[in-house]
Amino acid sequence: MDLKELYRDVILDHNRHPRNFGRIEPADGRAEGHNPLCGDRLSVFVVLDGERVADIRFEGRGCAISTASASLMTEAVKGKDRTAIRALFDKVHALLTHPDAAPDGALGKLAALAGVREFPVRVKCASLCWHTLNAALEHGAATISTE
Amino acid sequence: MAANLSLAAPPPFDAERVRRDFPILDTMVNGHPLVYLDSAASSQRPLPVLRAVEDYETHSHANVHRGVHALSQAATAAYEGARERIRRFINARSTREIIFVRGTTEGINLIAQAYARPRLRAGDEILISALEHHANIVPWQMVCEQTGCTLKVAPINRRGELLLEEFLKLLNPRTRLVAMAHVSNALGTVLPVKRIIEAAQSFGAVVLIDGAQAVPHSRVDVRALGADFYTFSGHKLYGPTGIGVLYGREELLAAMPPWQGGGDMILTVSFEKTTYNELPWKFEAGTPNMSGAVGLAAAMDYVESLGVEAIAAHEQRLLQLATAELARLPQIEIIGSAAHKASVLSFTMKGVHPHDLGTILDAEGVAVRTGHHCAMPVMTFFGLPATARASFGCYNTERDVASLVQALGKAREVFA
Repeated sequence: MDLKELYRDVILDHNRHPRNFGRIEPADGRAEGHNPLCGDRLSVFVVLDGERVADIRFEGRGCAISTASASLMTEAVKGKDRTAIRALFDKVHALLTHPDAAPDGALGKLAALAGVREFPVRVKCASLCWHTLNAALEHGAATISTE
Repeated sequence: MAANLSLAAPPPFDAERVRRDFPILDTMVNGHPLVYLDSAASSQRPLPVLRAVEDYETHSHANVHRGVHALSQAATAAYEGARERIRRFINARSTREIIFVRGTTEGINLIAQAYARPRLRAGDEILISALEHHANIVPWQMVCEQTGCTLKVAPINRRGELLLEEFLKLLNPRTRLVAMAHVSNALGTVLPVKRIIEAAQSFGAVVLIDGAQAVPHSRVDVRALGADFYTFSGHKLYGPTGIGVLYGREELLAAMPPWQGGGDMILTVSFEKTTYNELPWKFEAGTPNMSGAVGLAAAMDYVESLGVEAIAAHEQRLLQLATAELARLPQIEIIGSAAHKASVLSFTMKGVHPHDLGTILDAEGVAVRTGHHCAMPVMTFFGLPATARASFGCYNTERDVASLVQALGKAREVFA
């Protein structure tokens, strides 16, 4: 169990200085995510240009893994269309849960989340933002929970 | 309770010897010897408890109160013997006042559904404190929905203490039931339950005390307290999970309808009319947790062999040491600084979310609870999503406190 694998510099940096942090109002889609086990909450706001996410922000309060994951996610999906975002989510999910998943080149900085899979109770921290984004894109407005 | 603790002369207490009774403490966690600081969530079990359960399962198990055969009699004797052991431990008048339940949560729900629900109606009030565990909030909210009665909450101060004056002001003739923790699980605050009980009863209210966090740390005498109902869990008292105790004054229990129907809680059943069993079995429908009861009785033997007061004094020394050590760390904020506390230390570290703190401490072999401790209103009061909580039991040592401090240093390094 290597803490340095979990808390890589990229994670610590995005935790300390989250990118795209804040609200967008009005937004084309927004959703709230909640992890009742630890009390973490975050909101995701998206502005759409057709199928493309033209702008995205998040706000909330959570652990370093959930904050960094959300920050990295906003950077990664901005400018991408729904199909590309879904494909990226699948890659992130595989990275977080499959013991042998080699980081896919398409992941870019998101590959920093690879260490999370050694800490199964923390996987939900990293995936909360993606489920929330999914809800914001699918339903326009929703509240989702990890439980 | 706490007053008694501070008066007690420190008796010789050999925690190193106590540790040898708990085989699980030899576990290695992530390459480090386990430092178990989560007894407030669930304590570990000593060998005498493990052996008593094994002995029951190996030599005495059959169903209770049923057969005339030898094993059924042995099981009944073991189960009812455990009830008598528990009666002595809390100084109840009679074993008719000792109901076996799954744990504190079930004890509270039993009173909510079998005492409060049939009696309370719109306009009546149930009074709790802002320190309560969800298990002492939600069952009362359910009763409010079912009967139209109102839930009132006595406030706390920034130290995590009940505002007694405010509590007294909330009491009135409509207050039918007061339900309070004896010790707060999230902050460790010891509540002045004797005073609370006297005041509430003077208004004609009955009082339920949630003793889950108190029984492991103090001598509880239900008659001296004057409690109407008192409930606690076995697994926080070095006993098994799935077993707990609801004490109730006999006249109150006798006047209550059964909670659950089934076997063992009846005398006769016909399709026209069923007559219920006597106390305490009226409230024990179905085959009970006999091995759990036996294990809990063994846990009480064990605790008394060490001395309840000696354990409490030992834990208080550790609490004071840990409080002083953590207070010296600039990034640490201790949450809950009541004048009277049990050995629970809730804290946060600046710049490090409790969830991350828990992971880093675990990597060092240190087990603490992180989260809202099933007391979200307490967290909301302090404006926190969560805290880390270290809690101490009879097997903890000064070395464990040092390991905690060292692991907190590690967390500061990672998040430097």
